[in-house]
Amino acid sequence: MTADARRPQFTPEQLAEVRRLQGLYPDKQGALLPVLHLAQEAYGYVSLEVEEYVAGLFEMSPAHVHEVVTFYTLFFQKPKGRHVVSVCHNLSCHLMNAKGIIGHLEERLGVSPGETTPDGRITFLTVECLCACEQAPMMQVDDRYEGNLTPEKVDRILDGLP
Amino acid sequence: MSENKTSEKIFTRNFHLADSHTLRLYRETGGYTALPKALRMEPAAITEEVKKANLRGLGGAAFPTGVKWGFIPKGSTEPKYLVVNADEGEPGTFKDRYLMERDPHALIEGMVIAARAIGSHTGFVYIRGEYVKPWRVLDGAVKEAYAAGLLGQNIQGSGFDFDIVLHRGAGAYICGEETGLLSSLEGKKGWPKIKPPFPAIKGAFGHPTIVNNVETIMAVPHIINRGAAWFAGLGTKSQGGTRLYSVSGHVVVPGVVEAPVSVTLRQLIYDRCGGIRGGKKLKAVVPGGSSAAILTPDEIDIQMDVEGPKSKGSMIGSAGIIVMDETVSIPEALMVVARFYAHESCGQCTPCRESTGWIYKMSRRIIEGKGRKEDLDTILDVAKRGAGTTICAFYDGAVGPYISYIEKFRSEFEDLIMRSAHA
Repeated sequence: MTADARRPQFTPEQLAEVRRLQGLYPDKQGALLPVLHLAQEAYGYVSLEVEEYVAGLFEMSPAHVHEVVTFYTLFFQKPKGRHVVSVCHNLSCHLMNAKGIIGHLEERLGVSPGETTPDGRITFLTVECLCACEQAPMMQVDDRYEGNLTPEKVDRILDGLP
Repeated sequence: MSENKTSEKIFTRNFHLADSHTLRLYRETGGYTALPKALRMEPAAITEEVKKANLRGLGGAAFPTGVKWGFIPKGSTEPKYLVVNADEGEPGTFKDRYLMERDPHALIEGMVIAARAIGSHTGFVYIRGEYVKPWRVLDGAVKEAYAAGLLGQNIQGSGFDFDIVLHRGAGAYICGEETGLLSSLEGKKGWPKIKPPFPAIKGAFGHPTIVNNVETIMAVPHIINRGAAWFAGLGTKSQGGTRLYSVSGHVVVPGVVEAPVSVTLRQLIYDRCGGIRGGKKLKAVVPGGSSAAILTPDEIDIQMDVEGPKSKGSMIGSAGIIVMDETVSIPEALMVVARFYAHESCGQCTPCRESTGWIYKMSRRIIEGKGRKEDLDTILDVAKRGAGTTICAFYDGAVGPYISYIEKFRSEFEDLIMRSAHA
């Protein structure tokens, strides 16, 4: 389970990691993206409260942190599912039937891209190029790349998720 | 082209070996022998060697690498930074992923040598956030290198210090643009900056900085080991060496292909990747990532160096080759590409922010059967007016496909529009 994103407070170990990351850059602000990754790992997503907390650690305005969080696609601003399934729909994957894979996932999961299944298990996204065009059509499942997809392979992968 | 040139492998020589990412294997196959050599050389001599090798940036812009290194102000006492651009995101391109996963020590060795040449003691590798596996592999390699005294203080007793920091991005194509990347590295949204000043004068955290692509840096140890003349001799007049071509789409064997830059596009498609899948005919090919203008089958007898695609009004870019067979709808392909540029525009410059969205909407309604007669000319007009008016090259990159897809396959677009009820 993740900690409460409404009342964020890093553990002493996490705070030590924040200080270590800040020390790697000539200006500690350089560590903002790495610390946001850390926060998202801890809280599951980057809530407004997490943004404010992180801003405090950097002595910067929460508005700056919000601007950064909203600029990048890998930071979630609301709770995500236990797994994130991101299907590439850029050109090479499009040529190799990404549309069919997306349609299959919509049917199987009962949600559209951008949504999370009602049981909170899977957040389903379509994304731009993941740079694995040689295994098109492909998707990212949490940290893993899965390529040369067919509807059957997609089913096997989803069935294998805890 | 002679056969021995074709068979020369530099970047991919160890790709087939299971432990190619380990320090042990890298050393067993001749790795870290360029480093002691470079540490004994004068920094200016390293830069000179890279210049003579005719190495050009392999991330997209193809700027001569040694010349770029030479822009670092002489005698400056400011800190200097080496930044490796591993934010691979150009649709059709996947070579840096392979390089980092299968030969990370060549990147580390190349970074130490490049750092020595420019007088940097800190290097950052900016890796796209989605690249979790390459990041883990590279992180493991960096730790091995520190433990072996190949990074850190007084490297191999030379008195030279160099540290590497791995920095994960968070999902934004624009952070592959070097000044957008630097903004992101500084803990901001990845907005590109106006040049000049160029990063070599005022880059990361306001200090002189060299930004090089992964593959570019990985060529450096080989150049130091085997000499500039050898590297230059592998290539053409405009560019030395071999490079990695990422081939995807409708070929029999998609993947990363290493070839001298004198290889032709036809050879890559038909000889190296087995030709078109299912015995179908070639319809079109993108030669250098999605930003490159599209080519027709009669335009593929070109060398894949900087000059070849340019001679057909396109560009080599990241050498990401996307092959389309006769079944492909070019209007649909344009809609997919237009969606990408609309999604990834950073929003800073009005012509880019507004035009990418507008062109995506027009291309989408053509596909949805709601195209208007004037749409094609409007797209071409909007595309041409915006070109060259923005801070970075992103919009110019988007213009390549907008114009070429329509100009080369116009009748296909017109057929769709004619059939639509609103024509």
